[in-house]
Amino acid sequence: MSNTNLDVYMPVIILMTLALVLVGGALLVAKFLRPSNPTELKQTEYECGELPTGVAWSNFNVRFYVVSLIFIVFDVEGALMFPLATIFKKYNEAGAGGVVLATFLLFIGILSVGVVYCWRKGDLDWVRSFQAPVKGKVPTQGVVNE
Amino acid sequence: MNNTIVSYFLQFEEVQTIVSKISEITGTNATALVTFVIFAVAAVVVLGALATVGGLGTYAERKISADLQMRQGPNRVGPYGILQFLADGVKMIMKEDIIPRNADKFTFNIAPLLCMIGVMATFAVLPFSSGFTMTDLDVGVFYLIGVSSLVGVGIFLGGYSSNSKWSMLGGMRGASQIISYEVPVTLSILTIVLLAGGMSFGTVISAQGAWPHQWFVLHNPFTMIAFVVLFIGILAETNRAPFDLPEAESELVSGYHTEFTGMRFGFFALAEYMEVFVVCGVVAALFLGGYNVPFGLGDGSFLIESLGVPAIHAKGVGQLFQVGSFVSKTLALYYVVIWIRWTLPRLRVDHLMTLCWKYLTPIALFNLVGCALWMFFFHGQSIWQLLGHLGGGHSGGGH
Repeated sequence: MSNTNLDVYMPVIILMTLALVLVGGALLVAKFLRPSNPTELKQTEYECGELPTGVAWSNFNVRFYVVSLIFIVFDVEGALMFPLATIFKKYNEAGAGGVVLATFLLFIGILSVGVVYCWRKGDLDWVRSFQAPVKGKVPTQGVVNE
Repeated sequence: MNNTIVSYFLQFEEVQTIVSKISEITGTNATALVTFVIFAVAAVVVLGALATVGGLGTYAERKISADLQMRQGPNRVGPYGILQFLADGVKMIMKEDIIPRNADKFTFNIAPLLCMIGVMATFAVLPFSSGFTMTDLDVGVFYLIGVSSLVGVGIFLGGYSSNSKWSMLGGMRGASQIISYEVPVTLSILTIVLLAGGMSFGTVISAQGAWPHQWFVLHNPFTMIAFVVLFIGILAETNRAPFDLPEAESELVSGYHTEFTGMRFGFFALAEYMEVFVVCGVVAALFLGGYNVPFGLGDGSFLIESLGVPAIHAKGVGQLFQVGSFVSKTLALYYVVIWIRWTLPRLRVDHLMTLCWKYLTPIALFNLVGCALWMFFFHGQSIWQLLGHLGGGHSGGGH
């Protein structure tokens, strides 16, 4: 089989379809077997037995957003490093590993600068301290809120 | 070249005659049809096997936890309670399906489906043996990282769509945890890609040997650290304790699947247990030599040369040895995962993020640099080969 043959991706489609069939089939079978006695109270969402107040889709801690932003930067860099890592061994055996290694170190250097920057700015702390860190003194964290 | 299970079967003349006969009968080239049939049968077999493994995983979890806590564990359904997972499945099918009135119906419905699709798509590249890898994609490892992220999407949507505060918190935690730990996991896998010079599982496994000193985990000091980082990372990726914050039952009721009942919940649980098996298999393949078997048992050469077994049978038996090697390594890791769950207490959210971003990520980056430099200066030789040179040169000089 040649590399351009897309037959090798056939199992992916088959497995995804199987997952669809399995989930759909099991829920369909369950539909005929299970009881269905919906009541007003049963269909409220669980909130420790109390009637729920408001909806859950409200403002949320912004930390999750920052984390996902940092993640995207890292993930794209990681994806870009895969081709480099793949060819490194071949080039190294041919004696031209230095070029690839230098490129690789450049990539990792950029990533490291990113880590250091985020760390210095306090974006890696879950509870961000807004006070400027005093030199020689560990800033207290987690006192204000979660 | 791509190795698939089809190309394994087509190397035998018997299969090729069948293909040509079908071609004669139908009057068209039957290769595509046979390819589809083999893939479909293999997919059903793998799905059946792994669904059983997932079900037995829940049983093993309870039995091992009982063992560690000096209890009996399930022992009523079947011998030693081994059919417990079937009873659980039947119970889940019989349960009423409750969807909260205020939930987002569409996303609520597709959330468990996304989890199952994400897990099952990873089966395609799982290397059970050199022949029984459904398809050995050139981008194998990369593909695996990609599709397994669908599980994270499913978990997040499950939490978000329920419109329950517990689910929301669980889903948010799940999403942030899974994407955060993907960074050290990806960087650790990159060290292996560096060493093996390829992203397909076939390349990675054939670059290792059957004996522990030929495995990538003992290749050099950096891969040893990468192994530990990867193992911690996959525990977090699959939401296993001590990283089971998305479903932390003591604080979030049941986390992202609080509002899911019956089979919908069942699919979340099944997906989790199957994913644990898959990631354990991936670690076994990347670091522990995968399906390699010593003494030439794997490719059947031992049987052919010493015992005079016909090639087709010897190869088949060799495949069985390879599957045994892979599955036993995977199950050993599975046991460790369960063992860790019943040993370590759960982390706190900020500790979790600190561990990922301030420890694992810098360590993984350092590893990557170390591994690249090792490859460059020692020309890809393992630490044992270097020691062998040293010892050999030394004793040679002495005599």
